[in-house]
Amino acid sequence: MSDEQNVKPARLVLEDGSRYEGVSFGGNESVAGEVVFNTGMVGYPETLTDPSYRGQLLVFTYPLIGNYGVPSRQEEEGVASFLESQEIQASAMIVSEYSAVHHHWQAESSLSQWLIENKRPGIQGIDTRALTKKLREKGSMLGKIEFDDDNLAFEDPNQLNLVAEVSIREPRRYGSADKTVILIDCGGKNNILKCLLQRGVSVLRVPWDYDLSNETFDGLMISNGPGDPKMCRKTILQIRQTIDRKIPTFGICLGHQLLALAAGANTFKLKYGHRSQNQPVIQTGTNRCLVTSQNHGFAVDNQTLPVDWTAWFNNLNDGTNEGIRHVSGPFMSVQFHPEATPGPVDAGFLFDEFISMLS
Amino acid sequence: MTREIMNPDIRKVIILGSSALKIGEAGEFDYSGSQAIKALKEEGIETILINPNIATIQTSDHLADEVYFLPVNPYFVERVIEKEKPDGLLLSFGGQTALNCGLQLDELGILEKHNVKVLGTPIATIMDTEDRDLFVQRLNEVNAKSARSKAAETVEEAVEIASEIGYPVIIRIAFALGGLGSGVCFNEDELRKLASKALSHTTQILVEEYLQGWKEVEYEVVRDRYDNCITVCNMENFDPMGIHTGESIVVAPSQTLTNREYHLLREVAIRVIRHLGIVGECNIQYALDPKTEDYRIIEVNARLSRSSALASKATGYPLAFVAAKLALGYGLHELANSITKVTKAFFEPALDYVVVKVPRWDLKKFRKVSRRLGSGMKSVGEVMAIGRSFEEAFQKALRMLEIGAMGLVGNENFQFESVEKELNQPTEERAFAIARGFEEGMSVEKIYELSHIDPWFLNKIKHVVDLEKELLAANPIPAELLLRAKRAGFADRQIAALTGATQKAIRDLRHEYDIRPWMRQIDTLGAEYPAQTNYLYLSYHAQEDDVYFPEAETVIILGSGAYRIGSSVEFDWCCVNAGKTLAAMGYRTIMLNYNPETVSTDYDEFDLLFFDEISEENVLEIYERLNAMGVIVSMGGQIPNNLALKLYQNGVTILGTSPEKIDNAEDRRKFSSLLDQLGVDQPEWKELSTLEEAKTFAREVGYPVLVRPSYVLSGAAMAVALNDDELSRYLAAAARISSEYPIVMSKFLENAKEIEMDAVAHNGQIVAHAISEHVENAGVHSGDATLVLPPQRTYLETIRRIRQITRQIAGALEINGPFNIQFIAKNNEVKVIECNLRASRSFPFVSKTLRQNFIDLATRVIMDKEIVPLKNDMFDLNYVGVKAPQFSFTRLEGADPTLGVEMASTGEVACLGNDFEEAFLKALISVGFKLPVKNILLSTGSIESKADLLDSCRMLDKFGMKFYATRGTAAFLTDNGIDATVLHWPLDDEQPNTIDYIKEGKIDLVLNIPKSSQQSELTNGYMIRRTAVDYGVPLITNRQVAMRFAEAICHKQLVDLEIKSWNEYK
Repeated sequence: MSDEQNVKPARLVLEDGSRYEGVSFGGNESVAGEVVFNTGMVGYPETLTDPSYRGQLLVFTYPLIGNYGVPSRQEEEGVASFLESQEIQASAMIVSEYSAVHHHWQAESSLSQWLIENKRPGIQGIDTRALTKKLREKGSMLGKIEFDDDNLAFEDPNQLNLVAEVSIREPRRYGSADKTVILIDCGGKNNILKCLLQRGVSVLRVPWDYDLSNETFDGLMISNGPGDPKMCRKTILQIRQTIDRKIPTFGICLGHQLLALAAGANTFKLKYGHRSQNQPVIQTGTNRCLVTSQNHGFAVDNQTLPVDWTAWFNNLNDGTNEGIRHVSGPFMSVQFHPEATPGPVDAGFLFDEFISMLS
Repeated sequence: MTREIMNPDIRKVIILGSSALKIGEAGEFDYSGSQAIKALKEEGIETILINPNIATIQTSDHLADEVYFLPVNPYFVERVIEKEKPDGLLLSFGGQTALNCGLQLDELGILEKHNVKVLGTPIATIMDTEDRDLFVQRLNEVNAKSARSKAAETVEEAVEIASEIGYPVIIRIAFALGGLGSGVCFNEDELRKLASKALSHTTQILVEEYLQGWKEVEYEVVRDRYDNCITVCNMENFDPMGIHTGESIVVAPSQTLTNREYHLLREVAIRVIRHLGIVGECNIQYALDPKTEDYRIIEVNARLSRSSALASKATGYPLAFVAAKLALGYGLHELANSITKVTKAFFEPALDYVVVKVPRWDLKKFRKVSRRLGSGMKSVGEVMAIGRSFEEAFQKALRMLEIGAMGLVGNENFQFESVEKELNQPTEERAFAIARGFEEGMSVEKIYELSHIDPWFLNKIKHVVDLEKELLAANPIPAELLLRAKRAGFADRQIAALTGATQKAIRDLRHEYDIRPWMRQIDTLGAEYPAQTNYLYLSYHAQEDDVYFPEAETVIILGSGAYRIGSSVEFDWCCVNAGKTLAAMGYRTIMLNYNPETVSTDYDEFDLLFFDEISEENVLEIYERLNAMGVIVSMGGQIPNNLALKLYQNGVTILGTSPEKIDNAEDRRKFSSLLDQLGVDQPEWKELSTLEEAKTFAREVGYPVLVRPSYVLSGAAMAVALNDDELSRYLAAAARISSEYPIVMSKFLENAKEIEMDAVAHNGQIVAHAISEHVENAGVHSGDATLVLPPQRTYLETIRRIRQITRQIAGALEINGPFNIQFIAKNNEVKVIECNLRASRSFPFVSKTLRQNFIDLATRVIMDKEIVPLKNDMFDLNYVGVKAPQFSFTRLEGADPTLGVEMASTGEVACLGNDFEEAFLKALISVGFKLPVKNILLSTGSIESKADLLDSCRMLDKFGMKFYATRGTAAFLTDNGIDATVLHWPLDDEQPNTIDYIKEGKIDLVLNIPKSSQQSELTNGYMIRRTAVDYGVPLITNRQVAMRFAEAICHKQLVDLEIKSWNEYK
């Protein structure tokens, strides 16, 4: 239950030169990436395994992390039962206090052990609030966690095709129901797959650049994923073709940005992104509001939506776009995560809506 | 936000308050009511408040348009409705008192008759949540799980249900605040006992499966009329199921729940609240199996609650304010987040700190009470601590309780006969027992087995104990260890106590290492957006401050800390008013307080709010960091007052009366010699260190004597002894006497009047004063006494002498600010009992009755501003104010409901009337007396007391009251020509018996005058008093109160009590 005392010093260095001294509680490998913060209070195992965090050094603003350990890594049909992907995706974890002792009936190991297994550093003893304020004011920054005399170069993950790294390699079919949804896996969270399967469809999960023109299917789901959507030109082309075929399409997070790009709208990088479980959105033209789980650094520009597309949801805090919908066709997408995990499940009904669109 | 009126039909609204503070219903409703009034005023709605709790901020003249200091019951509320003709009624801001009153108004058809609309959650929904069968049915409709339970209306039914469910079972009462009358039964015997008692309060009880060892979790849920729903906060109890949530240590947000569990319960909460149709705020409580994902819904409170006040303070989300707006028809997305100003009220706060609430008990003040914690609530207040680690927050919280704890460790008190027993059968001291268990080498597993407290929490406590060991071994303490200790919430004085150093030495070492706390902001969004509001706490888990603010003349006001017996909402009223005056004079105000039930901890009341410990260490850090011009210690009661001298000695400027003068009044010897110099009389007293000396002194001055030990073993701290025997017995059982722990003994004056002087002086000159008399003779603690302003039965000569002495003392102590002196008077001989150079409990009462704000004046004096002395027109008032105590004996199982020199009341009310009797009756009805009275049970004590009450009995007899009496009293009455039916003593076990008559509702009033205030054995008198309390029959135990009540009910009936608002008394 209790971890060995690890007191190896580690430091976080930001591109503006600021340094934060802390202590390691994970793997002792130096790493560089983009530093972003998340304000969720629960769900660190789900968060860490969300492929959208690929290449990022993740700051947790909630100060006590590790309390309930890490659940079993068991898999069913190659899909982790309790996690959002098969491995830790974030490059590193930055916390105020790591709970050296954990306790929970579902815990299989401590968070520290898991990080060490995955060779991911974790650093504690950091004033995460001060760090978050800096990121809020200056925007997401490049940074690195270093041990001993290491001196890494800064590295911008948004310059890489991260989607290619996290996408499934070969197509895989799940379930045997009549209706088939193709899930373009740009680094999708397991729960998107599970939410579809629970609703009685079979799913063909395909790589991000998979050619759909020869496939027959009833609906298209475009998953979340890491990085700049404009890196995924191949996916955007596939989506355009699907729309032309009038096949019902639903995009989530990166999938939303890709659908918007396919429709002809533009995306831009937010100053510091939305990474939390309490993002309020409103369905346009209604009084219906949802609390949503989000994790994105890029957003769709409402001003650039073509005439036959409408803003479906907007963010109540900063007014940015949170969803689009075609005025007549069965095409829609949301910036937030209706599949939750971690976070509120308020938007789960969107899966039902999507399934009901399949002819 | 739209500014148009949401609902143009609603122009005038009545808000029901929660009346006196009592166990289960305390200051949180002053906070929620005040916020609701602010929300309505912003909409231009005329607001009428009914609440007899005169010490609250909500009953201040700057809030509601009209205030009625009247009982919150259907009779009086209907009268106010008739008079005011409101459009709407708000029920959810005055606790269970207001909610129950609203349900009765509805049931009686009063709301319909007067066409008054209940705003917010509809009555039908409230019924669904309050009636267990309906509630379970509604939950079943949406597949939400509730504990297996069934309602029973008889004991036999209860036994049958229990055998179906299987023991242990828990008994609950419908429509009860704070779990009144509930309890766990492990067998049929226990069930029969509890069920019969519970069924005496209510027609329906619930027998429910007992989920031993399950986690207890709650969510605060808000829903608007558009069906938008959020959970503002979740909270986890440190204590497992079985301990009432009001008795539990509570942590926010939950610490041991995974994402699956958190959102499973959140989703159920939203599903249920939507289905029930709540509009506004509510609370849903769960039991969660620690070994599966199974859960049960325990209850839904369809109103603002203690938990919602806590959630509000824990997150910064103004729940009550928002709930009031939602009741008017707003949607959550139409309201601004008042902290960030740029975001909306539709969101769920993200915390970047941890909050720990610990209840405050005063069980040792009561004789015979059980200290075991269970499913009923006994605590009288609570503290909330904020930190960036659990240990930091928890240790702070334990110190905030002001029960002599340094934190989890380093304490001299808290001894346990058996640590195992304490863990298994927890009392209010269980947290210290856990630490002791670890110190003695117990394992986490063992402690879990005994306590069912989640091992995560236990390990955190173990961490503190481990650090204690490191600190004990270190000499000197290295910087790295000191920082770790500070981050785990160790106070300087705690480290000092552990290592044998002085507090100052530890502080100096800490500063040498440059280890200081940082000022952190509570912003509802985990720093994601810039926040505009200065709601702060201190933490050592930081490297920078969140706030920087410009140089300005800054004044720190020290708050009153946890509500407890002897210190509650009245001091909060003083602090808030002082802040308002300071702000009006252009000062920047800082409040330091840690009580989540207060208005002073609302972040919009002061320029800066520090929600943190009121300690020497903290005040010095804040004072230095903000370069404040001074500290006000005279508004928050005794806690700040006690710090005055220490702060002053550390170079802090104390605004107001000089700390040395405060010490002259606080130090008994110094004060006594001052009185001697002034030629002012005082009861003879002496400090003594052996029993023999004590006896000699007592015989010299003559019994009875009042004893105040400096070291209390158990029970009350003060006592009256009538003879040598009682004195020896008390000193042997309850206190220590030695040269190290001397006792102070004074002559106890019998049959004397007690009089209070509340006043403000400027440079020793009195600029305002009010004199109130007690209805009860001396011997009843002033906090339990019934106060009358202006005095009705005090000689003018006595008043003249009291004024004279007050002038002398004010001059000699060069008083600059508020003060209070207590006098005792007999035959125009006046003696001084006590003098406090701070605002007293009765300041709101005298200020509001006289309509002269003594605190406003005192604050101007403290800041040395020119003031106009108030005209003294006390005796020109055309009305009378009466303040009456509220007792919570019902909640304190077994406690003997008598009055004595130790304070026992938990709250108070005050009402105004055209004469004493009118105000007195209104006040008594407000604290639970019922009119009309027809059947009175008399047992009037000593022969002297019987004789004293004879005239009253004659009068009552003439007015047609029926008397029942115990043997001696009946004989006395018959001898004097008054009919009385004899009832047997409880222990006689003969019929007709007093106990049965009380239980069967045949008695409207019990008049029981105890022979001695110190008998603690099981007596007949105790059983009569206790039964009266347990069965909700009004009880009078004081002779003077009995006489005044008899006169009043003979002269006045309910219809004679006028329905006048505060503004109408001129």
